[in-house]
Amino acid sequence: MKNKYSIFSLIKNAFSYHENWQRAWRDPEPKKEYDAIIIGGGGHGLATAFYLAKKHGMKNIAVVEKGWIGGGNTGRNTTIIRSNYLWDASAGLYDHALKIWEGLSQELNYNVMFSQRGVMNLAHNLQDVRDLKRRTHANRLNGIDAVWLNTEEVKNFCPIINTSPDIRYPVLGGTLQKRAGTARHDAVAWGYARGADAMGVDIIQNCEVKGIKRNGDSVEGIETTKGFIKTKKIGVVAAGHSSVIANMVDIKLPLESKPLQALVSEPVKPIIDTVVMSNAVHAYVSQSDKGELVIGAGTDAYVSYTQRGSHDVVEGTLKAILELYPIFSRMKMLRQWGGIVDICPDASPIISKTHIKGLYFNCGWGTGGFKATPGSGDLFAHTIANDEPHKLNADFNINRFVSGDLVDEHGAAAVAH
Amino acid sequence: MFLINCPYCGERDQSEFSAGGEAHIVRPKQPTELSDDQWAEFLFMRKNIKGIQLERWNHAHGCRKWFNMVRDTSNDKIHAVYKMGEKPPIK
Repeated sequence: MKNKYSIFSLIKNAFSYHENWQRAWRDPEPKKEYDAIIIGGGGHGLATAFYLAKKHGMKNIAVVEKGWIGGGNTGRNTTIIRSNYLWDASAGLYDHALKIWEGLSQELNYNVMFSQRGVMNLAHNLQDVRDLKRRTHANRLNGIDAVWLNTEEVKNFCPIINTSPDIRYPVLGGTLQKRAGTARHDAVAWGYARGADAMGVDIIQNCEVKGIKRNGDSVEGIETTKGFIKTKKIGVVAAGHSSVIANMVDIKLPLESKPLQALVSEPVKPIIDTVVMSNAVHAYVSQSDKGELVIGAGTDAYVSYTQRGSHDVVEGTLKAILELYPIFSRMKMLRQWGGIVDICPDASPIISKTHIKGLYFNCGWGTGGFKATPGSGDLFAHTIANDEPHKLNADFNINRFVSGDLVDEHGAAAVAH
Repeated sequence: MFLINCPYCGERDQSEFSAGGEAHIVRPKQPTELSDDQWAEFLFMRKNIKGIQLERWNHAHGCRKWFNMVRDTSNDKIHAVYKMGEKPPIK
């Protein structure tokens, strides 16, 4: 039984110099067999396990992770959460996640530091203005809060933006989603891990999947660095490495894995209290609670699993940042890194069954998976438990690439992919 | 970031080039006779290999010619560069 985190437990543990806190999750050896195994211990995988145990009563399950939990893209993103997507299917999916975010700290008894500080998307040319206005209308028809701001309102909302008409890409306005914001990415992985572990889910780290055993058209288990583990249901949530797992069972996915870079500055006093994204110049920025500017760059255009990426991509982003925020011109950047993102041709995810019985894929989140973590876990758990998609992820099946019924968010979503 | 040895121009910075994805995916000769599955395979499905991959690249800010490359996607090391229409120099 897990002890509940509260102000009282904090005081109680202060008396023993915080040396007697209970372990947040166990470090078990794999059992011989599980009812379901999730491959990938990132936010999405841990959330899937959490909801499988909580909502579907599947307690004899495991999450296997080749490194440490939350060490992949969960710990490498820019923590932006929003749901202002154009198409109905995406709006349903991402707003489902946003609604779970709003109560997540309470649900997990773990502070994920969800902060609804708003996300503003800038328009820099006439086409941007038309697209963004259209998107605000579409959002509002779907019950998602969105407003259009003119240049002056943008300046009022975020005073450090350079709104001079003389810059290379002047700010002609923007959209604002006030319910959007950020969360503490590591806490999301840790909170879900702790919650899942409390319900009996085995989280097995340093356990790499080497193969998937099949018997005809159904799965029998996985070969790992810790031996063979038997199971009838496998949920693959391996992000950039989804194709590596798919190639083990000769499934081809419509994915390309590319490095997506981000960087943080030295910490400074509060200067920007919202998230500002710019589609046209591809730069987005927010400030962490530690005071670092968190800056997102673009993806490199080639397939790579190197978790670094090219210098010219960072350079392009910083040029745009400096034009929009001249106040940052003398700041020093502390760290830069890349995460490997699996991008679908239509920039929408896949949460789907496959033609192999008991094998499910949750992938293709590309550059924007963090925001969807709770919703993705919830819907994937539903899909695995019932062997049927939930109505919110029915459109995100793998067959849409055959039928042509794509959810084309390329350019339609609030950021270029 | 890495250097690419363009078969026409020699060694240049990678930022001069644009990646064209997996190589040797041949456009179907009889498009009208393809099933939806075959179309999906041609248009969307990719091996997306972690390791040695055959790729097309274009020297976009140089000679603008297309060529092929053998590259290890796990460390960005380029093993060989060869022209369009040639066979890959390794297996």
